[in-house]
Amino acid sequence: MSPAIRFAPLALLLVFIIALIWRLATPVDTNVPSKLEGKPVPTFDLPAAIPTKGALSTSDLATGRPHLVNIFASWCVPCIGEVKVLQDLKARGVVVEGIAVRDRPEDIAEFLARNGDPYERIGSDAQSRVQIALGSSGVPESFIVDGTGIIRYQHIGPIGAADVPMILRKVEQAR
Amino acid sequence: MIAETGLAALWLAAGLAALQLVLMVLALRSDLEVGRTVRAIAVVQGALTLVAFAMLLLVFARTDLSVALVFENSNVAQPFIYKVAGTWGNHEGSMLLWVAILSVAGAFLAFLSRRTSERTLVAALGAQAALALGFYAFLLIASNPFARLDLNNALFTGALNARGLNPLLQDPGLAFHPPTLYLGYVGLSVAFSLAVGALLTDQVDAQLARAMRPWVLGAWVLLTLGITAGSYWAYYELGWGGYWFWDPVENASLMPWLAATALLHSINVLAARGALKAWTMMLAVIAFSMSMVGTFLVRSGILTSVHAFAIDPERGTFLLALLAIYVGAAFTLFAVRGATLKEGAPFELISRETGLVINNLLLSVVLGIVFLGTLYPLFVEAVSGEKLSVGAPYFNAVAGPLALILAVLVGVGPLLSWRRERRPVFKQLTIPVLLGVTALAITIIVSPSMTILPRLGLTVATYLAAASILPLLRRNPLRAPLATWGMVIAHFGIAVALAGMAMNAAFTSERLAVIKPGETLDVGPWTVLLKDVTPGAGKNWTAVEADLRATRGEKITVLKPQTRYFSNPPTETNEAAIETFWNGQLYTVIGKPDPSGGWQVRLWWKPFVTLIWTGGALIGFGGALALLGRLWRRRRRRSDWRKERYV
Repeated sequence: MSPAIRFAPLALLLVFIIALIWRLATPVDTNVPSKLEGKPVPTFDLPAAIPTKGALSTSDLATGRPHLVNIFASWCVPCIGEVKVLQDLKARGVVVEGIAVRDRPEDIAEFLARNGDPYERIGSDAQSRVQIALGSSGVPESFIVDGTGIIRYQHIGPIGAADVPMILRKVEQAR
Repeated sequence: MIAETGLAALWLAAGLAALQLVLMVLALRSDLEVGRTVRAIAVVQGALTLVAFAMLLLVFARTDLSVALVFENSNVAQPFIYKVAGTWGNHEGSMLLWVAILSVAGAFLAFLSRRTSERTLVAALGAQAALALGFYAFLLIASNPFARLDLNNALFTGALNARGLNPLLQDPGLAFHPPTLYLGYVGLSVAFSLAVGALLTDQVDAQLARAMRPWVLGAWVLLTLGITAGSYWAYYELGWGGYWFWDPVENASLMPWLAATALLHSINVLAARGALKAWTMMLAVIAFSMSMVGTFLVRSGILTSVHAFAIDPERGTFLLALLAIYVGAAFTLFAVRGATLKEGAPFELISRETGLVINNLLLSVVLGIVFLGTLYPLFVEAVSGEKLSVGAPYFNAVAGPLALILAVLVGVGPLLSWRRERRPVFKQLTIPVLLGVTALAITIIVSPSMTILPRLGLTVATYLAAASILPLLRRNPLRAPLATWGMVIAHFGIAVALAGMAMNAAFTSERLAVIKPGETLDVGPWTVLLKDVTPGAGKNWTAVEADLRATRGEKITVLKPQTRYFSNPPTETNEAAIETFWNGQLYTVIGKPDPSGGWQVRLWWKPFVTLIWTGGALIGFGGALALLGRLWRRRRRRSDWRKERYV
């Protein structure tokens, strides 16, 4: 057997191992971008969810600066943890708007009193109409909307503390 | 205490493996007589890993939630069988099973081996210990199955209820499919170690091949059965109606099987004629290397797949390092020692040797195709950054025709004799060829629109079914050796499976529609009525169950497919209802409700689809029969020899 043949398996193995090392070093990006990104926010006009805060409509979002629209509910357990992160975002200059899904004013008030209140306005989406129009399938879910009312990012599930830098970057990009 | 006992046993086993390796190196450098010691160590090491695995089984059986692995993968409300099977339904547990089989195989090699020379055996046991040592390190450092739960951490994540076994895995299939496949995968490690041992001691000969053959045969039988069972499991559990998806993890099990199939045939050439030495050693190394590649692909989560297990770069790196070391070392050894391998007896063009060489070439090409197809997306992304996936169309189009050519040759090979063939062999194939041509004519008349591959599949299957039994007809079938019977049954099984695949591809009818209770849907010869949809519940799930009444002529068949909702973890599974008839299967799935009050109902009529798994089982059974025949003959020979000596 010629040396070329004898060493061929070793050479092939080397190529194979190098490719796998490359793959391990650059993790797969499994995020599938939302189809709503780059599209305008659907038109809606929601009544105020609690008497002490303003109502929320599409025109409130196209004000020249980015907004983070958070779909939440007082009955949603992951939302409790998320509110604290939203407050942190608010402290860093992010305008947070709320859409309360299938909720009651007194429950929302208690939820905010107990867990904190990062919201500028809260619209009441009693029948989930706006939630469905936004293509959101559950609570919590968040949208970053730029100053012209275009959706720039959809975040499914709660925003965790680890997501804060990414969210801040997305808000900055939407400016 | 149970978990700690298991961990201690694992550490001890690792220590013994290290000792075994050191003794092997000493024995090879000097002519130290360590055979007995090494054998004893290998046996104890195997026993210790069995203890470790038994301890893990025990903590799972008792749902000891203080063990992190149990907490994460089991649940008090789970049925007992899944508590036990859950032991290997997760990363750490399945790796422990892997290692346990590896070292138990080593123990059996040490205990049973009589044929290999002492020196080669010691070298082989050393190689086996080196393999085990790496995987012990992997378990103890990167995947400790016995780690206790860090309660603070668990409270923080707010998940105090154990998560439970993935519902897709809560099926009797889990109890058998992974262990069978693993026995096959890891059983090939013995062939690897024997090859490495023989290369180290320069004793690659017919005797080695005869010692290696039962291991290869046994591992191959288990792989065959494991793949067949896995295919049927995916078929009924996933609810997609397919039996093979060319998914990376399926390919990971197919690659060692292809290599082992080639090895199984080339090893006969080495055992009978002393030829194909280098090639057979290479295959023995590659077969187990493919098992390790498969383990790496599955366990590192590097390729996306329906078997999506944990994605963990740290574990991936560890496994990759092991893979590089073991395969690299074996290939280097091959490159260095390959020069000294002398080929055995020559053979002529038309001979059994040539037949087996062609068999090996074709199998290797198919193996290469599957290997490339599985890893091609990876390479493309590495080079161009483009994401793509290689699916069934590629594999079917490229591997399909080659498999058909191989199936044609399967009918010829066993008729040839060693060294050179003088009889007019091709004359014997007249009847099989005529039968194949008749089948072709029938498919053209009955179904003119059939595509080319299924048509050729049916033709070749008919020919092979007849050709495969010829080796038995040449002499008195009852006096033919068991190994010949095994070969004939396995080759006949290929024809059966091929026929099943071709018919499934050609004649399956499928319907998907939304119907309301009281309405009907037709599929193939069947009319299926959706009578009712009712709720149901099991121990840890709730379900929606459809009551389907299928009729074809007079008799009514009741089918009750379900959609199950598991709360822990929250998942939905489709439980297809499948009814088997002599001429096919009716496969039904109930889907989601529709706002108008209808339900998604999916129906398949799959004529003769069961032949696929019947064929797979026949192939495995044939292999088992051949193994039995070989072992039995060997024992008889040995006792004859003893008797002679006695006289």
